[in-house]
Amino acid sequence: MGVEPWVVLAFSAVIFFIGFTGVLIRRNILVVLMSIELMLNAVNLTFVTFSKQLQHMGGQMSVFFVITVAAAESAVGLGLVIAMFRTLRSVDTDQIQFLKE
Amino acid sequence: MNISPYFFYGFGGIAIACSLLVILKKNPVSSAFSLVMVFFSFAGIYALLDAHLIAALQIFVYAGAIMVLFVFVIMLLNADVPSFDLGRTHLGMRAVAGVLISMILALFIWAFKKTPLTPAIAQFSSENIEAAGGNTLVVSELMFSEYILPFELTSVLLLAAIVGAVAIAKRKLATGRF
Repeated sequence: MGVEPWVVLAFSAVIFFIGFTGVLIRRNILVVLMSIELMLNAVNLTFVTFSKQLQHMGGQMSVFFVITVAAAESAVGLGLVIAMFRTLRSVDTDQIQFLKE
Repeated sequence: MNISPYFFYGFGGIAIACSLLVILKKNPVSSAFSLVMVFFSFAGIYALLDAHLIAALQIFVYAGAIMVLFVFVIMLLNADVPSFDLGRTHLGMRAVAGVLISMILALFIWAFKKTPLTPAIAQFSSENIEAAGGNTLVVSELMFSEYILPFELTSVLLLAAIVGAVAIAKRKLATGRF
């Protein structure tokens, strides 16, 4: 009765690569930011699993700090999205091509 | 690990299905609500793994604050135009990318399976945590003793993020470009 630790770690790796794929294939910058949140969550689950398995609390403390950084990152990222929309009237990453001019 | 497989596979299945919906749905509003389901499933898995404080923080910060921010920006920009074109890339390139990602994923799983996970010192075993007053008490005591410096530094980080977000979002674009 129970789940092997590597199954939980493999599950978080699957979620990480789903988020990674999302960053690569999507052009809507909001969905790209959501995929980054998915990857951060997968890393948090890895931390919690190792914390449980190694019986060390450092993993859960790391998760606390990762959550803080994720909140700060999404606040600044969405500010950038608003600035981008104000300039370009679009949330499409393909429209960012000022260096071409 | 001594956790219920039914709950783990239930939450895990919901999380994988909803995260696939996040990256495959055309409408960003659908993606945002699938992401909320992913966050709730992750909170369930954290609770299964005895990380009760992290599970509560996951609900408050991710499913509460961050998702409200996302939905608010989607509403503000009124930019829920469907955008998804996978079809512009070459079919062969897509196949190569899929094979490469599967190989890296298989490498990760192989490494996780081979890594021995035996605790060095059993200071924070389940029984010890239970005797010390539960997960939240133990984590909080560590946060304000051993990890006090990083905890105080996060306040500087949050202040910098607030100032940065306001400065970026409120900038007058008189000069035209960024």
